[in-house]
Amino acid sequence: MSTRLANHGRLIDRSKKVTFTFNGTSMQGFEGDTLASALLANDQMMVGRSFKYHRPRGVVASGAEEPNALVGLGQGNRFEPNQRATTTELFNGLTSVSQNHWPNLEFDVGAINTHLSRFLPAGFYYKMFIHPKPFWKHVYEPFIRQSAGLGKAPDKDSRDADTYEHFYAFTDVLVIGGGIAGLQAAKAAAASGAKVLLIEQTAHWGGRAPVDGGTVGDEPVDKFVEQLVSELETMDNVTMRNRCMGAGVYDHGYVLGYERLTDHAPGAQGPRHRLWRIRAKQVVTATGAIERPLSFAGNDVPGVILASAVRDYVVNWGVTPGDRVIIATNNDDAYRTAITLKQAGVDVIRVVDARSSAGLLAEEARQLGIRVDPGKAIAKVKGGKRVKKVELCNQDGIGGAREEVDCDAVAMSGGWSPVVHLWSHCGGKLIWDEANAHFRPDPKRPPLGADGDGFVVAAGSANGPLALGDVLTDAHAAGKAAAKAAGHKPKNTKAPSGDATEEAAMEPVWLMPANADIQLRMKSWLDFQNDVKVSDVQLAAREGYESVEHTKRYTTLGMATDQGKLSNINGLAILADALDAEIPKVGTTTFRPPYTPISMGAIGGEARGEVFQPIRRTPMHDWHDKNGADWEPVGHWRRTYAYTRPGESVHDAVNREVKNTRENLGLLDASTLGKLIVKGPDAGKFLDMMYTNMMSTLKVGKCRYGLMCSENGFLIDDGVVARIDDDTWLCHTTTGGAERIHGHMEEWLQTEWWDWKVYVANVTEQYAQIAVVGPNARKVLEKLGGMDVSKEALPFMEWRDGKIGDFDCRAYRVSFSGELSYEIAVAASHGQAFWDALMEAGKEFGVMPYGTECLHILRAEKGFIMIGDETDGTVIPQDLGLNWALSKKKEDYLGKRAHLRSHMADPDRWKLVGLETVDGSVIPDGAYAVGEGVNANGQRNVIGRVTSTYYSANLGKGIAMGLIKHGPDRMGEIVEFPGTDDKTYKAKIVDPIFFDKDGEKQNV
Amino acid sequence: MSEPISALNHASFDGIAKVEECGLQGMITLRGNLKDKVLIKAVKDAAGQKVPGQREALVDGDTGVCWMSPDELLVLVPYTEVEAKLSAMNNVLGGTHALAVNVSDARAVFRVSGASAREVMGKVAPVDFSTDMFQPGQIRRSRLAQVAGAFWMDDDQTFRVVCFRSAADYAFKLLKVAAQPGSEVGVY
Repeated sequence: MSTRLANHGRLIDRSKKVTFTFNGTSMQGFEGDTLASALLANDQMMVGRSFKYHRPRGVVASGAEEPNALVGLGQGNRFEPNQRATTTELFNGLTSVSQNHWPNLEFDVGAINTHLSRFLPAGFYYKMFIHPKPFWKHVYEPFIRQSAGLGKAPDKDSRDADTYEHFYAFTDVLVIGGGIAGLQAAKAAAASGAKVLLIEQTAHWGGRAPVDGGTVGDEPVDKFVEQLVSELETMDNVTMRNRCMGAGVYDHGYVLGYERLTDHAPGAQGPRHRLWRIRAKQVVTATGAIERPLSFAGNDVPGVILASAVRDYVVNWGVTPGDRVIIATNNDDAYRTAITLKQAGVDVIRVVDARSSAGLLAEEARQLGIRVDPGKAIAKVKGGKRVKKVELCNQDGIGGAREEVDCDAVAMSGGWSPVVHLWSHCGGKLIWDEANAHFRPDPKRPPLGADGDGFVVAAGSANGPLALGDVLTDAHAAGKAAAKAAGHKPKNTKAPSGDATEEAAMEPVWLMPANADIQLRMKSWLDFQNDVKVSDVQLAAREGYESVEHTKRYTTLGMATDQGKLSNINGLAILADALDAEIPKVGTTTFRPPYTPISMGAIGGEARGEVFQPIRRTPMHDWHDKNGADWEPVGHWRRTYAYTRPGESVHDAVNREVKNTRENLGLLDASTLGKLIVKGPDAGKFLDMMYTNMMSTLKVGKCRYGLMCSENGFLIDDGVVARIDDDTWLCHTTTGGAERIHGHMEEWLQTEWWDWKVYVANVTEQYAQIAVVGPNARKVLEKLGGMDVSKEALPFMEWRDGKIGDFDCRAYRVSFSGELSYEIAVAASHGQAFWDALMEAGKEFGVMPYGTECLHILRAEKGFIMIGDETDGTVIPQDLGLNWALSKKKEDYLGKRAHLRSHMADPDRWKLVGLETVDGSVIPDGAYAVGEGVNANGQRNVIGRVTSTYYSANLGKGIAMGLIKHGPDRMGEIVEFPGTDDKTYKAKIVDPIFFDKDGEKQNV
Repeated sequence: MSEPISALNHASFDGIAKVEECGLQGMITLRGNLKDKVLIKAVKDAAGQKVPGQREALVDGDTGVCWMSPDELLVLVPYTEVEAKLSAMNNVLGGTHALAVNVSDARAVFRVSGASAREVMGKVAPVDFSTDMFQPGQIRRSRLAQVAGAFWMDDDQTFRVVCFRSAADYAFKLLKVAAQPGSEVGVY
């Protein structure tokens, strides 16, 4: 059984007990435990079920590479699925549940799949779910959805209880990984004076070195690490962060760091995760190496653990995964585990070494009384939910002549693979190292920065070297190289000399025994999480999959949440063997960020809740909110759709506002309209290019409605332009157009007409602008007093500066409603007071505020177009009957030449008309007009569409505008609009001006 | 005339840094040839400062000049004096091709101060706020998370942050989140 040892455990504090639960059972651990070490200490060998066959799964690793020990962590608003027990620090009150089983972990109905595994081979889903086609939606998809996913999604009503943030960091040298290599590289880089940021994913510095042992100089390696850490801590130019993982390396030295601040102390003040958005001149990846499993039958049984992980559990947390352990290896390093276990008082039954001979560590093991069997292999591990027996055989051969041995844990080591993920994220290339049978970074082909030089340097075992001395030498050189590349002068120092027992060469072992028969291969796991076995990859090869990327997708090898950290190289080797190709010829799959999954919260950062998205507010926003505003988003602005009164529906409110504005007095907050000042000796010439109609001839004091087209001739904006003085114009844009049109103007000025003397400034937000609309508009302004707003003093389409009441203002006599109307601009900080004054003075004239829907209906009654309704980026002024606004006098303007193209001049273009339903109903928004016959796809031919449609309370019926083929020539004809409600709406084509055709009401 | 009211009317928050809306600040956007002698004089008359160099902010209290782009300055004057300063500026500029407009009401101004002020800013703006890279006298036109923003330092622990008035509510809430208790980064 797995159990806590009486001694060992350098990371735990035995005086501090921690209580937690697993599947509802209360358990005890110590401060410093990971959830994985604490579960093992409680003899919880089985911690979950695999994805496909629902096989029992136990802890197999001790860090970020863990594929099996994934749990649902926390409860309610803090529940998270798929959390790795090996990287979860234990805390009091932690609750965890295992995943992917029903009804429970011990008895899982889904485990029947393991007996069906002959029928669920590689590519099963692709083979099974193709035919017949109609089955997909009703049979296959529900089935796949049911069985998909490991952990449960959080409850839909729960809300993440924590906060998150981003932080922008800048450094000369970023060192990723705080193991002995990262620490040494950081020191070497920092000695040059370079600014160094050192990040480490775990809570501890030093990585594996204190577990693996050895000496540096005259000291044990753990003392050396301690000194190195304290030395770095005192350096002003070094910043160190643990619990901070290098998640991804991107172009231009951009790196994401994922800092877990309060995962180990939930509910503590401050954000839970912080996403570091780092700009580094140079990046050192000191990310270490990961031990590979061995592929033998039953290597997925709980209790079969990586040899290095077993050593970690003993040394770091004082936990042994078994009392009687068998070790299987193809290299010397695993003997360290044998020695460690033996010294901790655990029975090491024997070491089976696939090689014929081993090195000094094996000798040391033998001297401790451990039996070493060279040339041997594990044929099969027996046991379901935990290891019970192991059958041993010769490595050479098919696995016959087996010897059965009792044991309760197996430690396996298939050699080491450098963690090359971060090196590879941005294009760093790899080379195959024959001696260690692994891919390592090719220093000649690093990821390249903007200058064409490499910006990533790999250090320590992430770069290939595995022995302590070589690691230190390599890391020291890497730190110096990075500092130099970052523009600093490294100190001429030597790496400290590290010393560890010399190791004999490893031998690649991709299958155990070497020629295992199919029965064994069908039980030899490559990918523990996704249930991919040796036989699956071999089948894929037989079926013609040669590319590793295709094989990956076909078999799902490496596609689980661990992204194949343990399975990649083994799977690749099996594929290469099956294809009779060399491993480097087959190549690797692509490494993509993040290194391990990071939280969605960290990605979103602060952008949630109130600051999920900026909401732009006018100076009168709060008043609207308090007075029944039903909000509508317009760009990032919030505008009032309608002001509802208690008990009133939005529809009723709109109808009330529509009638009142036509009959009495309405106020509209028009502050969101864009206002651009265009000034300079060439401003008139410039605006003549920007607008389709003439603006240079506009007289000071007057206004003109203008249209803007893109250079492709399509309508992009409209608005009223006022001439302020000889060389100054003020251009109104649509609400959504202010920034866009400002940018449009700047672009033409900066890139095409850079020699024209014109400056543009966006003054949209300087003003609160209020439309005072209706037959009583003049009366309310006259009541407030101040400037003369009579027809004579301020005629239609003119503007004046002056005072209304006490307010300095600019009054524009413009109308988008067809009513007598003024738009009054005051400084934004007086906006609310001015609105209040108008509301107060307007009482006797029946004043009511109105919203954007009323605005829309009023303009539609008048046949005025709206950018974004009547236009959609494909509409030209001619389509909307706006030919009058296209200047014939001007030699050129943006869009003019485009309008000459054949398709633009095509008489078959859909053109704007009014639409009046035969029965007074309202045509659904976006409805299409259908014509005779069907198209090639058997669909009804379409001859037009609705662009705006409303119920007009003033006219007592539905009104609409639409674009119809040959529309203006078909006045009086009836057109059909099928709705999505199975009704067909019939509408008569009419003039788009429904109300006050002669414009008498606005011109009083 | 009513009493002018700034976007958030002096709202404030205390976290790892203090965040305050400063109230109304006179601001003039000045576009023109920054090497032009007439323009240089107009700036000097209005703000008592020379024309700043690239990313430079020459600010003393509520008066000063900030570099905004190769042909744009932000001139700071007391709010009550902005119209007078603007017309004086236009008088000096005379026939010189330039554009000076009052944008005082189009903006909101915040003060972010305290020992962690640099870190609070470092959470919302992609700028190196280390002391050797950002100091009083410098300005950045950048962003505050999702909205445009500009900022300079009044002293080593105090930022002045400018954004558009419509985004004031967002910016204030954003800075509050960034300054939440317990969120010190421990870098600057």
